[in-house]
Amino acid sequence: MRIASSWIVPVAIIATWQILSSTGHLSARILPAPSAVVSAAVRLARSGELLVHLQASAERAGLGFAIGGSVGLVLGIASGTSKLFENLTDSSIQMIRNIPHLALLPLIILWLGIDESAKVALVALGVFFPIYINTFYGIRNADPDLIEMARVYGLNGFSLFYQVVFPGALPSIMVGVRYSLGIAWLTLIVAETIAATSGIGYLAMNAREFMQTDVVVLAILMYALLGKLSDTISRIVERKLLVWHPVYQTP
Amino acid sequence: MRIEISQLSKRYDTRAVISNLDLNIQSGEFVAVVGASGSGKSTLLRLLVGLEVPTGGSISVDGKYIRGLNANSRMMFQDARLLPWKTVIGNVALGLSRAEIDRGTEVLNRVGLLDRHRDWPSVLSGGQRQRVALARALARNPRLLLLDEPLASLDALTRIEMQALIEKLWIASKFTAVLVTHDCGEAVALADRVLLLENATIAMETKVPLPRPRDRTAREFAQLEGQVLRHILANRQLVPASKTTTTNRVSRADNGNAQEAGKPA
Repeated sequence: MRIASSWIVPVAIIATWQILSSTGHLSARILPAPSAVVSAAVRLARSGELLVHLQASAERAGLGFAIGGSVGLVLGIASGTSKLFENLTDSSIQMIRNIPHLALLPLIILWLGIDESAKVALVALGVFFPIYINTFYGIRNADPDLIEMARVYGLNGFSLFYQVVFPGALPSIMVGVRYSLGIAWLTLIVAETIAATSGIGYLAMNAREFMQTDVVVLAILMYALLGKLSDTISRIVERKLLVWHPVYQTP
Repeated sequence: MRIEISQLSKRYDTRAVISNLDLNIQSGEFVAVVGASGSGKSTLLRLLVGLEVPTGGSISVDGKYIRGLNANSRMMFQDARLLPWKTVIGNVALGLSRAEIDRGTEVLNRVGLLDRHRDWPSVLSGGQRQRVALARALARNPRLLLLDEPLASLDALTRIEMQALIEKLWIASKFTAVLVTHDCGEAVALADRVLLLENATIAMETKVPLPRPRDRTAREFAQLEGQVLRHILANRQLVPASKTTTTNRVSRADNGNAQEAGKPA
């Protein structure tokens, strides 16, 4: 029932859109009918072109997320657990954080050219900060009462970290993960639109040159679907990791 | 576990929370410490378990001086402090090796919660959480159990049930117990000896010679409870206005300490 009701609004929008296009109120040059977008999708899927571009984008997003996420996690843990490490790195990280990472695009293209590494690096950079900050915050805000209790019960060092501090930081880390997934897709769209020879962004820019509005709309929808897909995956992971959390417990 | 405390002092800056306290506790004895909030009761327990370091004096256990945390002492806190990401049995077995897991199920059975062993702490009631915390404390066979007002937030009936459970397990396991409480009835119901902590030192000491399990409705019980309560009230009312502020300051020091100690080390 909940799943069904969440689809009412999108279905109604598409239906209205189709009706407006079919009755000629909406020019195909401005916005093609949903049916035209669907046939463009079928056409590109049959030729295999859609899959190639989808794969290219997903690989960049996945690789960039993995690199930026793991570096952010490791540095966040290091800063959260070691005051010395925090003193050494945190102010530099906070300074760099305030530069919009997309502003670095020209510089990154100069350094790495327009091949894969430039886009992966940009995604990794965008993903890094939310994960770093939320990991750091989660670890710093570990419940001092629980830590004290665990020390009385003989836990210290690594066992204290992985049984008490890290699980306590996980909800905050997962907030960072979901936030950074959004940034990963946003970064990729910009990077692929400006400099790429494959990927969904390239597909859209290429179609623009040939006035294929239906393909442009299709590319935008693909981003929406990929974003929704990655969000769903992270929700499933979160539900598995935080199964103990009161939010995920059915009474 | 025999405890000898001599000339024990703990001060924060210039404020003495415990000063020159002498106390001997026999092995297997159940001692209750009562007193107004801020009288240093909790600090005394934290010194005993090793979470605080004394500024003066010494604590010795079975003739050996101790400093810092030790494996023979366990503590129950006012809140259960269960790890929300571990199941009930996971919490009870905290710090136990794989070979000792059976010990966890055994104590969980003794507190009557074996059927809840796979539940998450968040679905338990307050009383059940404290029973899990009690099982966790007993899983390591402690020779000294320190109880820091563990029943203060429970309702009256659950509290009486928990008191009976603690007494039963204490009789069975013969550990030494020190209970901090503000409830004189609880102190008389459980302890062999009740101490009143006032102005950073022991102001009164009463033996409780009643047979166990204790009958709360008996006249002797009520008399003893009244006696302890009268001492607390008498000391309070006799304190002149200037001294009351001292007590308040001590209490603030106590809170400040709790926050400071709360920071991860």
